[in-house]
Amino acid sequence: MREIQLQLSQTQKVRLQKALEHLESLSSKVNSDASVTIADSIPVNHEDGVLKGHGTADLEGEVVATLCGVVERVNKLVYVRALRSRYKPEVGDIVIGRVIEVAQKRWRLDINYSQNAYLMLSAMNMPDGVQRRRTALDELNMRCIFEEADVICAEVRGFQQDGLHLQARSQKYGKLTTGQLITVTPYLVKRQKQHFHHLEQYGIDLIIGCNGFIWVGEHVEVRDDMVEDQVNQSDSQVSIRSKNSVSLEEQEKNYTALETRKYICRAANAVRVLSTLGFIITLEIIKGVIDLSLSTNLDIHDMLGSEFCVLVAEKEAERRSSTKKKR
Amino acid sequence: MEYVSPEGLRLDGRRPMEMRQIRAEIGAVSKADGSAIFEMGNTKVIAAVYGPREVRCEYSMANFSTGDRMRKPKGGDRRSTEISLVIRQTMEACILTHLMPRSQIDIYVQVLQADGGTRSACINAATLALADAGIPMRDLVTSCSAGYLNSTPLLDLNYVEDSAGGPDVTVGILPKLDKVTLLQMDSKLPIDILENVMQLATEGCKAIANYIREVLLENTKQLEYRRGV
Repeated sequence: MREIQLQLSQTQKVRLQKALEHLESLSSKVNSDASVTIADSIPVNHEDGVLKGHGTADLEGEVVATLCGVVERVNKLVYVRALRSRYKPEVGDIVIGRVIEVAQKRWRLDINYSQNAYLMLSAMNMPDGVQRRRTALDELNMRCIFEEADVICAEVRGFQQDGLHLQARSQKYGKLTTGQLITVTPYLVKRQKQHFHHLEQYGIDLIIGCNGFIWVGEHVEVRDDMVEDQVNQSDSQVSIRSKNSVSLEEQEKNYTALETRKYICRAANAVRVLSTLGFIITLEIIKGVIDLSLSTNLDIHDMLGSEFCVLVAEKEAERRSSTKKKR
Repeated sequence: MEYVSPEGLRLDGRRPMEMRQIRAEIGAVSKADGSAIFEMGNTKVIAAVYGPREVRCEYSMANFSTGDRMRKPKGGDRRSTEISLVIRQTMEACILTHLMPRSQIDIYVQVLQADGGTRSACINAATLALADAGIPMRDLVTSCSAGYLNSTPLLDLNYVEDSAGGPDVTVGILPKLDKVTLLQMDSKLPIDILENVMQLATEGCKAIANYIREVLLENTKQLEYRRGV
C-alpha cells in the first residue's frame, strides 16, 4: 500500500503495474509466506530447541514477531529481518557519515544509526601519513582534518562503553570531496566484499555505504604511503622550486571536468531512481541504469521523470527473469 | 434530537454497530523514518515517526529567568497537550524501549480533516507509522470509540454524534495480548451499559487491527519482492 510517489499517465501506470507484478511472480516462488507483521506468531518446532533472535519475543511459549519483516532461520536461530528501519552496525562495515561535532579527541558522526558514532583521533591515519602519538597540538588542529558537516568514509570498529566507534586506518578512508551524497534506506544495500568502486569509463568513484549513505564523486587515486615516500624524496627539490606557481596548480587540481560532473549527476540520479522504486542497489544495477539512460540519450534531469522510472522497472524485471533462467 | 431513526439508521446512514470506511496508506512522508495516513470516514490523520535517534537537547530561557519578566504567548492549547500525552502514553506502553537505549523517538501526528474520533485515528496512524519505521513493539495498538445515544450503543461516532454531548468512550487495545491500554470517557454512563459500549468499541478495535495487519503485511511483501535478492 506504499504508493510510488510519481505522476504517471495511464499507460505508464499499466506498464509499471505489469513490471511490478512480474517482479512479484519471480520472488513469490522462493518464499511465499515468510513475511510477518508485529505480533504475528512464528511457527517453530519447539522440540528442536529454538534460539530467538532479533525481532522476536516470547509470549506464553509462542514465538512472536515484534517487527514487520521477513522471517529468517539459520539452524536453530529464528529472527525477523526488518525492512525499512534504521541502520544496524556490524563490525567491519564500511559506512559513510557526516560530522556533527568536533569533540574531545573525537568526531561525532551521524551514520543513520539510533546513536551517533565516534571516530577517535587516534583511530585514524594522519593526513601526512606518519605514525606517531597524537599530541595536544593535533587535538587542537582537529578541524584542519575534518570540520562540522564534512562527509567521511570509515569502518565500524565496534561497540565500546560510550557508544559505537569507527576507525579510518587506511588511505581509502577519510574525507570525501567533489561529489554527491545520496541517502537511501539501508535495507536496499547488501553487505558485499567490495564497497569501493571505480567506474573507469566515467572517471567516477562510487562508495556504497552499508548504512544507506551512498557517495558518488570524482575519482581519487588512493595514495599508497610507501610509493609516495619514494616519490617525495626524489621530487623534494622540484617541489621547492615550483612553490611559487602553487596557486595555479591548485586551481587545476580543484577543477573537475564538466564531463565528470555530468557523470556524477547521472550516477547519483540512477541511485535515486532505484531508491524510489525500492530496488536493491548494487554496482551492476547502477551501471545498468546509467547505461540505459545513456543508450536512450536521456538528459540528466529527465532521469528522475516517471517515464525513465517505468523503463528502469521494466528492465529490472527483464534482468531478474533472465538471471533466474540461467540458474 | 433523533440520532437513530425508527428504521435503525444513524444520521449518516450507518447501522448502530457499523464503522465508517477505513483506509490506511504507508509512506506518506518521504523524509521520515516511518509515516502513515489513516482515514476513518471523513476523519483524516497523518503521522510521521523519526527515530530511534540520538537524544537532542534544546535550550530556552524561562520567562521569569531575567530581571524583568519576558512575556511570551502561551504555546499550545490544552486539548492538543492532552491528546499528545494520551498518544505518548499509549505508544510507550507497547514500544520495546529497552532495545533502544540512549535514543529517542519522535512521533508527529497532524489531523488533516476532523469528523469525530480524531483521538482514535491519531493512535491508529501512529501505530502504522511506528511499524513502518521498524521500531520493535510488543503489539499493535488500535483504538476506536463508541457512544450511547437514544438508548442505543453506537460504534465510531462522527462529529455530529460526538457533539451531542452524550457519553463517548474511547478504547485502545493490544489485540494479540487482549489487553486494554487506553480507556477514556466523557459524560456519564450506567455501569451495566458501559460494559456493552466498551465491548462494542473493543470489537471495533479488533476490526481495525485486522485491517492494519493486512496493510502492513501487504506493505512488507511489496518491499521484499521489489528489493529482490
